[in-house]
Amino acid sequence: MAKITFIQPDGSSQVVEATPGNTVMEAAKMNGVPGIEAECGGACACATCHVYVTDEWREKVGPPSEMEEDMLDFAFDVRESSRLSCQIKVTDELDGLVLSVPEKQF
Amino acid sequence: MNDVFGAINGNERIEADAVIIGAGPVGLFAVFELGLLDIRAHVIDILDRPGGQCAELYPEKPIYDIPALPVVSGQELTDRLLEQIRPFDPTFHFSERIDELRREPDGRFVLKTDVGTEFRTKVVVIAAGGGSFTPKRPPLEGIEAYEEKSVFYSVRRMEDFRGRDILIIGGGDSALDWTLNLQPVAKSLTLLHRRDEFRGAPHSVAKMRELAANGQMQLRIGQVTALHGSDGRLEAITIKTKDGEERLHIDAMLPFFGLTMKLGPIASWGLNLEENLIPVDTAKFETNEPGIFAIGDINTYPGKLKLILSGFHEAALMAQAAHHIVYPDKKLLFQYTTSSSSLQKKLGVK
Repeated sequence: MAKITFIQPDGSSQVVEATPGNTVMEAAKMNGVPGIEAECGGACACATCHVYVTDEWREKVGPPSEMEEDMLDFAFDVRESSRLSCQIKVTDELDGLVLSVPEKQF
Repeated sequence: MNDVFGAINGNERIEADAVIIGAGPVGLFAVFELGLLDIRAHVIDILDRPGGQCAELYPEKPIYDIPALPVVSGQELTDRLLEQIRPFDPTFHFSERIDELRREPDGRFVLKTDVGTEFRTKVVVIAAGGGSFTPKRPPLEGIEAYEEKSVFYSVRRMEDFRGRDILIIGGGDSALDWTLNLQPVAKSLTLLHRRDEFRGAPHSVAKMRELAANGQMQLRIGQVTALHGSDGRLEAITIKTKDGEERLHIDAMLPFFGLTMKLGPIASWGLNLEENLIPVDTAKFETNEPGIFAIGDINTYPGKLKLILSGFHEAALMAQAAHHIVYPDKKLLFQYTTSSSSLQKKLGVK
């Protein structure tokens, strides 16, 4: 299991247990993390599971794929650290990962 | 789109036995199940083509849980369903949204679309999935007040944009096409995109870059952060680029951030709703209004699973119940397509 922390825009945070092999979006949905909508159910087709990766984790998490970059065009307030959480696979290396949830998902 | 049979569009009055709202996989399969029982359907969809979410959200993504199809893409599933329902000759009405639904004193339903088509029908089948696809509204403070005066999600008349300072936002084909189309009539035109890479057709990107290089339009890389104006009239916007924040004078804005699903007018038809879903019984998949059925992702009942295959099952049971309404005097004999010569005749295989 990997622990993932989600920080909300109001500063509150929630730590969830994620199973390696699942996506970060699935871990968020299973634990009811607010602000992760995932309208399309994880098909990389809606950009409503947008998260910001905190600086110290960006290298480990890696950059978005080309398809994900295209879909990020449909997200709001996209930053260098933006990723779609349905496209981040949980691994043991990501134990301790810290992500921020954007103010709005569109 | 051109290969879809029997598509019509526009202002007219249509008498029907069944109207299906939504041309996604479940709406399409409902044509089949109704067709086997001699009920011809009209199918309405807000998109300009059949397939619903399969066409709009994941045409190329593989689906693995359709019985007997180990893997099929959203587009292929749609194409196969269209082939399967072809014998039942449905009439499609694309790019239309049902805005009104009411019951007449004689028990029939009247439905009106946003472009004025009117249906009178015995049975209504709501197969609207997550609701109607509508343009995404950027979450900018106060944007609602500017909509239809300064902020537009589509272009109905190009003339409305003549002589205006236009901002187009996005990096796909809609943003690029409207950039190229509106540039000649605009006083000034700025295309804003969050990165210097575009998803749109390469030749449109090349044309846009040429216009920008010639100073006939501006290409800016960044995102909008605030709107400024009053009484619904936009006067300026703030954009954030890598160089910081900047104010641009514009009086018309066209954001193209794709589509999202909204329940829309369905909420005002007097149907019971539970968290934007329509509760139905599991024998007929009928709503609280007899004669109005709801199948697929839009309905809810104990144990509901949002699966295409569940929607197919719901369509079959709905059709049995619809038959009693459309043909109240006819006894329905349950038949199999493998053995019934009358069903095979309807399918055009005998």
